[in-house]
Amino acid sequence: MTTGNGSEVMLRLDNVHAYYGRIQALKGITMEVGKQEIVTLLGSNGAGKTTTLKTVSGLLHPRSGKVTFEGRDISKVPAHKLVKAGIGHAPEGRRIFSRLSVLENLQMGAYTRNHSEMREDLDRVVTLFPRLQERLKQAGGTLSGGEQQMLAIGRALMSRPRLLLLDEPSLGLSPILVQQIFSIIKEINAQGTTILLVEQNALQALTVAHRGYVLQTGLVNLSDTAAGLAANEGVRKAYLGED
Amino acid sequence: MSAAAKVMPRRPGLRERMREFAGRHRSTTILLGMLAITLVLPFIVLLPPFSGFLTQNVWVEQFNTAGIYILLVLGLNIVIGMAGLLDLGYAAFFAIGAYSYAAVASQFTGIHIPFWPWLIMGAIIAALFGVTLGAPTLRLRGDYLAIVTLGFGEIVPVFFTNSAELAGGTNGISAIDRPSLPFDVNIAGQCVTCFSASQPWGFYITMGLILTGVLILCYRLQDSRLGRSWNAIREDELAASSSGINTVTTKLLAFAIGASTSGFAGVFSAARNVAVAPVQFGFTVSFTVLAMIVLGGMGNIWGVAIGGFTIFVVQQVFLPQLTNFFNSVQVPILSDIDFVQYQFLLYGIALVLMMLFRPEGLFPNVRRRRELHTESAGAEELVSPDEATPEV
Repeated sequence: MTTGNGSEVMLRLDNVHAYYGRIQALKGITMEVGKQEIVTLLGSNGAGKTTTLKTVSGLLHPRSGKVTFEGRDISKVPAHKLVKAGIGHAPEGRRIFSRLSVLENLQMGAYTRNHSEMREDLDRVVTLFPRLQERLKQAGGTLSGGEQQMLAIGRALMSRPRLLLLDEPSLGLSPILVQQIFSIIKEINAQGTTILLVEQNALQALTVAHRGYVLQTGLVNLSDTAAGLAANEGVRKAYLGED
Repeated sequence: MSAAAKVMPRRPGLRERMREFAGRHRSTTILLGMLAITLVLPFIVLLPPFSGFLTQNVWVEQFNTAGIYILLVLGLNIVIGMAGLLDLGYAAFFAIGAYSYAAVASQFTGIHIPFWPWLIMGAIIAALFGVTLGAPTLRLRGDYLAIVTLGFGEIVPVFFTNSAELAGGTNGISAIDRPSLPFDVNIAGQCVTCFSASQPWGFYITMGLILTGVLILCYRLQDSRLGRSWNAIREDELAASSSGINTVTTKLLAFAIGASTSGFAGVFSAARNVAVAPVQFGFTVSFTVLAMIVLGGMGNIWGVAIGGFTIFVVQQVFLPQLTNFFNSVQVPILSDIDFVQYQFLLYGIALVLMMLFRPEGLFPNVRRRRELHTESAGAEELVSPDEATPEV
C-alpha cells in the first residue's frame, strides 16, 4: 500500500460518514496519509475538515465507513485510547487548560506516558517553543494567543504521537507568528512525525504540505500534491483569493 | 500559638522550615495537626467565653455533628471543587449511608451488624450509589447536571418517606444500635470508650480518626494522577480526552469517592442520633454543605474543612446564644428576633457579600484565586511557592 508519493500508508479513511445528531457532516470521505507526510485538508467553512480530524482522533465515531491507523481499525476506539496508540490532536480553538500552569498543561499532555520519559519530551517541546520555557510557571490562560497555540501544539506533542492532528494552528495569529508556527510544523515533521493539517490559510498550508485534499460539504472534491493544488485553477479561485 | 509567635522573630527560618516539612510529609502533618486539634478543642471550650455557652460534653456533642458536616464538605469538595461537577443532591448519599446502617443495626429489621465493619460498608454502598447516579448523568454538564442531581437529592428522602415497610416512612427508623468497644477506658473521670449522648467521647475520638483518614486521602488524591485528571476535566473535558484521559471513568470515580465520605458521615450520624428520618436529609443539607464549600474556598481541602466547621459552630452554637443573649438583656427589637430562624437569610447575606468582596472564599484554592484576580496579580505573583517546584 502506497500513497501518491510512494510512502507507506499510516492512516486511511474509507468512505467515512459522520453525523452530529441528525445532521450529516461527512458524506463518505476517503483519504490516506502516508508515513512522514504532511497532508493538508482545505475547504470552506462547514466542509467537514474539523469533523474529519475528530473522527480520526476518536472524539467522534463514524456512523459508517472505516478509519484505519497503522493497519488497525480505530473507528470505534475512544479518544483517550488513541492517544496511547500514537495519535495526538491539537483541537480547534486551542483548548488549553487555562487555570493550570504551562508546565502542568504539558504534563497533562504526557498523561499516558511514564514519568522518566517525560523529561526528554519536555526538553524537545521547549526547544521547539522557547517562549514556553520562559513561561513554564505561568497560568495557561494568561498567555497570548500565539503562545497558547504553541502550548496546544506542545501539549499534543508531549504524548509523542506518530500522527499529529493540527486544527487551524494559524487561527487568529499575526502574519509573523503564522510564519513561525508553520516553520515549526515543518520541523516537527522533519523529526519524524506525520502531520494531518487543517487550515483556512490555504496558501501557507500548501507551502509546507506534501499533499492536500479539498473538501466540500462532507465530500472529497479534489486531491493532489501540494504543488498540483496550488497550480489548480479552481483551488486558486476558491481558496487562494485569485480572480 | 503565643510560644510560636515569640520564637519566630529570633529564628526566621522556622516558618519556612515548617512549610517545607508540611510539603514533604503531608500525611504526617495532617496526623499531627488533627491530633493537636482533637486534643486542644475540648479544653478550649472550658475557657470563657465558650464555657459560658455550653458545658464541655455538649460542646463535644456539637463537635461530633460538626465532624459529620466536615466529612460531607470534604466529599462534595472532591466532586465540585476538584472535578468541577456541580452536584446539588449530595445529601442523598448521606441519607443512603445513614439508612443502610439503620437497616442492619436496629430492632426495625432485627438484624444487628456491629458498627465498625459497617462504617466501611456504608462508604462502599454510598460509593456504589454514586456510580449509579453518575453513570446516566455523565453526558450532562453544568446546569443540566445540577438539575438532575437536585432531583436525585429529592427522590431519595421522598422514597424513604413513602416506603413505610422498608424504611419506616415519615418517622424513619429509631432505636439504632450504638457502637461499642469490648473494653472501657476512663481518662480524668470521662469514659472515652463510651458512645452516648451524655458520654460523647467515643464518638469524638472516632470522628477524629475518620477525619484524619479522609483528609489524608483527599490530599493524596489531589496530588495523584487521578487528581490531575479531575483538574483537567474541570478545565476542559474535550482537551482532557485528547490528552488521553478516560473522562467516563474519571468522572465516575469523582462521584464514587465523593459519595463514599458521605457514607461514613451517614453511618456515623445514624449511630450517634440513634434514629434516622427523611427530614434529616432534605435539600437544606445539600445547600448548607455547598455554602460551606463556597465560603471556605472551593477546591482547597483544609479551607473547606475549616469553613464547614466555622459555619456549623456559628449556626448551631452562636446563633442560639445570640438569641438568648438579646432576650436576657431585653434590647428592644433585637430581643424579639429568633436568630436561628433567620439562619438562611444570614447565609444568603454572607454568600452575597462573599461573591462581592471575596469570591474565591475565605481560604482560597491557588487556582481559583489566580482566575478571579488576574488583573490585580502580576505574572510573578501567579506562581505560588508550592507550585514553583516542578515535578519533572
